Amino acid sequence: MAPPREGLYGLLAEFNTPAELVNATEAAYAAGYRRMDAFSPYPVEEAATALGWTSKQDRVSLICLLGGILGGLAMYNLETWVSVFAYPLNIGGRPLYSWVAFIIPAYEWTILWAGLSAAFGMLALNGLPSPYHPLFNAPNFRQGASVDKFFLCLEAMDPKFSPADSRLFLEAQHPASIVEVEY
Amino acid sequence: MATKDIIPTPGQPPVNKAGEPDWREPRTGEYTVIAPGHTFGSITEEIVRVVLTKQTPWFWWFGFAIASGLATMLLACVTWLFLKGTGVWGITMPVAWGFAIINFVWWIGIGHAGTLISAILLLFKQSWRNSINRFAEAMTLFAVVCAGMYPIIHTGRPWLAIYWLFPYPNSMNVWPQFRSPLMWDVFAVSTYATISVVFWYVGLIPDLGTMRDKARHPVAKYAYGLLSVGWRGSVRHWMRYETASLLLAGLATPLVLSVHTVISFDFAVALMPGWHTTIFPPYFVAGAIYSGFAMVITLAIPIRKLYHLEDLITLRHIDNMAKVMLATGWIVAYGYGTEVFMAWYSASKWEYFMMWNRMFGPMGWSYAVLITCNIALPQLMWFRKLRINIPFMFVMSLIINSGMWFERFVIVVTSLYRDYLPSSWGTYKATRIDYGTFLGTWGLFTVLFFLFIRLLPMIPMSEIRMLLPGTKLSPDFPTAEVASEEAH
Repeated sequence: MAPPREGLYGLLAEFNTPAELVNATEAAYAAGYRRMDAFSPYPVEEAATALGWTSKQDRVSLICLLGGILGGLAMYNLETWVSVFAYPLNIGGRPLYSWVAFIIPAYEWTILWAGLSAAFGMLALNGLPSPYHPLFNAPNFRQGASVDKFFLCLEAMDPKFSPADSRLFLEAQHPASIVEVEY
Repeated sequence: MATKDIIPTPGQPPVNKAGEPDWREPRTGEYTVIAPGHTFGSITEEIVRVVLTKQTPWFWWFGFAIASGLATMLLACVTWLFLKGTGVWGITMPVAWGFAIINFVWWIGIGHAGTLISAILLLFKQSWRNSINRFAEAMTLFAVVCAGMYPIIHTGRPWLAIYWLFPYPNSMNVWPQFRSPLMWDVFAVSTYATISVVFWYVGLIPDLGTMRDKARHPVAKYAYGLLSVGWRGSVRHWMRYETASLLLAGLATPLVLSVHTVISFDFAVALMPGWHTTIFPPYFVAGAIYSGFAMVITLAIPIRKLYHLEDLITLRHIDNMAKVMLATGWIVAYGYGTEVFMAWYSASKWEYFMMWNRMFGPMGWSYAVLITCNIALPQLMWFRKLRINIPFMFVMSLIINSGMWFERFVIVVTSLYRDYLPSSWGTYKATRIDYGTFLGTWGLFTVLFFLFIRLLPMIPMSEIRMLLPGTKLSPDFPTAEVASEEAH
């Protein structure tokens, strides 16, 4: 069922340092929150770990591998089909199936499709492009999340979430501010 | 920016109390490549201010005007070429490959340093690359644009060349010849261009998010917002982003090595004395990186000066790049040596004559220029004092760029102009259209580069943030408070 697109999206706590963010995230996870997300202006791996992130969720490498294999096979088979069946050219009696020469374009296409799969796979798994997101409604998020502030958002969809208790919980983490984010 | 006054003079290495160069961050004691004293906020401001300003500086307009003039000349030269055919160039028998192939190899070689900096140095965890990788990658893209144009216009009628360059089902039922190095080129260069764009764009996404948040003008907000694909810096997104960056770097590394290898095959697969050698692939790749780093220095020196980015592109960058050039310069020198040795050792009189003619024939001057620019003069970079001397390094980068252009000139022209039969000997003389096209690609490159530094953040902010003290959470560091002390 699609989530409701009205009312409270979540509570957004702002922190000044990555260490505070990681501590708060770990505390939230320990308190039983699961539907939450942390935001930082550069990668903070510890925060992702604190959210319960495991490398299993990162399927970019698998997509990249599949893309590469498909790209390489596609070009190699195309070359074979073109040179042996579709348009055989006899030049000085050289073999039609010149697999050594075919390796080079196949190699390039392996890289091409692996790279495209990695980049677009990363975007797709991240749910991007998504020009609108409720968090952009929070002015301090817009000003800080991409520059020098660190955020933890407890989402209202979480079964453990309650506007009053979750706010008390976040206040105990000494954030710089807490904002209610609307859809 | 409370501690910014530690830096005595911009562009000079920071000094300790005894006056010795000291690259340690005063707050944490860790070694750093950017000038000390910066915070997340100050880094962002420093980079964003270049783009998000209503005042376009005079030097931008000045350079852009000249570059646009040259790019217009390119348009005129290419139009003339299309009207008249490739006879307007100096190419003829026996030198059928003139400026077009020289410039193709030269430009694509320049591009290689961008990929080296962004991919190979990322894999080797050389964090000093963070300041220069964005514009080195942009340099790659624009150099590939210039390079890719040459083989296409060299066909004379490019709109008729598509069916034998790209395998697509056409009404003639004709398919390309995949055993030809020229086909390999098509796939190597098109893959290189695509992957370079993708790698560059993926690197830009978080910074475009910053630009979207910092922009005030509605059009800028909208444009950066669209381009940033709604990046919001979720740590889960960052994890996948880091994986994708690493994968792209891991893919770009064998790619960049393969591209110049394939280009060297254009020569090495032919049975010409001077071309048919196995040293070509490594020697071409090293030469590409050599000239590419020279080009990064040529671009970085005026940019850091004019945009006052001496804190971010520091003398350590120039110094490190000079060292890379010294190393690759010696690989190139080894390549030259091997060519001479093999000409003698092969006991083939054609090889022997080719090398003798290359050195002492009527075009021997070009070999002398090559050795002077690529081997003799760059040895001055052994001196540290000279490596961190900005005017010296600027001149040296231009010398190496010219030297590498002459390397391709020597390979293309002096191998061809006196072949097996003395009756078919000839010479090569470029025409005004050749020179106009070459200068024109310079114009096109510079126009694209000027647009890039005006419209996009030329230094990757999200990566520079990771160079700041206190961004890592390991116990050796005081805490992360230093980096954002401005906020307290």
